[in-house]
Amino acid sequence: MMDTIEVLIDFGYIVASVLFIIGIKMLGRPERARRGNMVSALGMLIAVVSALFECCLSFSLVIGGMVVGACIGVIAARKVKMTSMPQMVAILNGFGGLASLLVGWENYHSMPESNLFITIAILLAVLVGGVAFSGSLVAYGKLAERISSRPIFFKGQKVVNALIIATILICSVIFSFNPAAAHSYVLFIIIICLSLILGVLGVISIGGADMPVVIALLNSYSGLAASAAGFIILNNVLIVAGALVGASGLILTGIMCKAMNRSLVNVLFGGLQAAVSAAGAGQQVLGEPHPISPEDAYFILEAARAVVFVPGYGMAVAQAQHAVRELGDILENNGAEVRYAIHPVAGRMPGHMNVLLAEANVLYEQLAEMDDVNPTMDAVDVCVVIGANDVVNPAAREITTSPIYGMPVINADKAKTVLVLKRSMAAGFAGVDNPLFVKQNTRMLFGDAKASLQQLISAFKES
Amino acid sequence: MSIGLLIFVFILAIFLGVELITKVPSQLHTPLMSGTNAISGITIVGALTAAGTGADIVASIVGTIALILATINVVGGYLVTNRMLAMFKRKDEEQK
Repeated sequence: MMDTIEVLIDFGYIVASVLFIIGIKMLGRPERARRGNMVSALGMLIAVVSALFECCLSFSLVIGGMVVGACIGVIAARKVKMTSMPQMVAILNGFGGLASLLVGWENYHSMPESNLFITIAILLAVLVGGVAFSGSLVAYGKLAERISSRPIFFKGQKVVNALIIATILICSVIFSFNPAAAHSYVLFIIIICLSLILGVLGVISIGGADMPVVIALLNSYSGLAASAAGFIILNNVLIVAGALVGASGLILTGIMCKAMNRSLVNVLFGGLQAAVSAAGAGQQVLGEPHPISPEDAYFILEAARAVVFVPGYGMAVAQAQHAVRELGDILENNGAEVRYAIHPVAGRMPGHMNVLLAEANVLYEQLAEMDDVNPTMDAVDVCVVIGANDVVNPAAREITTSPIYGMPVINADKAKTVLVLKRSMAAGFAGVDNPLFVKQNTRMLFGDAKASLQQLISAFKES
Repeated sequence: MSIGLLIFVFILAIFLGVELITKVPSQLHTPLMSGTNAISGITIVGALTAAGTGADIVASIVGTIALILATINVVGGYLVTNRMLAMFKRKDEEQK
């Protein structure tokens, strides 16, 4: 009888793994993504039910813990605003990492004397989970603007990081020789603390504009930590699901790095070098910007037959996505073809702009990827740039000495007229001057993006 | 279960993950990330067995906290992903 239950439990885990795989596959297709998410949720449910049959001792704790967690999860998921999605993803990710760390701790606490393989798995779960947790927490702080989104670093930070990693390695080796000894528990706690510090130091030196890379990478870490937890309890469903997430996070990280034409090493440690290079790279852009009044901007848009909107992080800050869509609809009714061109790293997480525009009911078909828009840019009458800067900077194409040279950008400057909605002439996050703003075909509409858009909308309504 | 077999499964799953994700349109990157993030909450299975079999009070507390956090990760992750995906509308759906 006991055997039958064990077989059923294992079968449940296998079904769950298969559902995760199918779910992720479906998540990659727009028309099936929502069902894919439900398939994967069903897989999770089956895995949890199977696990409930495996554990039996203190059922009250289990039920209590799950009810508390579920309530918090439901409330958080319902209350969060779409503009706060990056930090929401970051904090959830951090919880997953911490959970894996604690699973490692609990297993070590209950069974200090395990074989070397499990000991290593425990160390990995604690280390990777710890970095994922504290790193996500800092990312959360930066995204929610609880702490400065500028890179924060101090002199000799690289040395400190190296020392921490070395100490973790040494502690881990001593720990592995005799995990059951009294001093090993102390070492274990030290490793936990150091991994948490490492996560903080690793992310705090990375600037807000590089957050899409960091979030994708931390996502990968929490998956790998879950995988390590799977090696501890010798459970395949954790290993498979964790590996899938780990791999997908790494792929996304790669895509984000490619979209910025930077290596992962450069993103992770670039903040440390930025201070040095900023002094040398003060190249000046010659020319004066051409300001424009909302009335004149209205006349340009009124006559346009093909319009492309290029949103950036500024749109998220100004919460202007609804106003953008409203203006887009007006222009469509006016007979123009309207598209929204989205750079892969616009915003603070992968796909950030797509989510905001979808919230504002922009149709999926109108959201265009950079590579599809660029070849058609010559035929565009007006390109409206809203709160974007580095992702439309032609210096990335033309000025070989520019720090962002080589980064793929949306060729906004090739449109017949470029309308830039911007607060001021301040440089973008990368601190690089943008020649687009002083080009002959560029008109600057200064002011808060949302307010400017509303002025344009009312200009259309009055006419 | 043999250790070699577990590592074998892990490596195959990594390759599978790479194959599954490589061709996802960038519009779906955020839901993909939060959806896979929910899956990484699978550590809930580890937390469940931990909280349920706690040897002493420390183990029980650590296990229970792990369980709460993993549950938040799973429930919050799936719901948030669902909310986002529900917003992505296509032309044919709009007309319905």
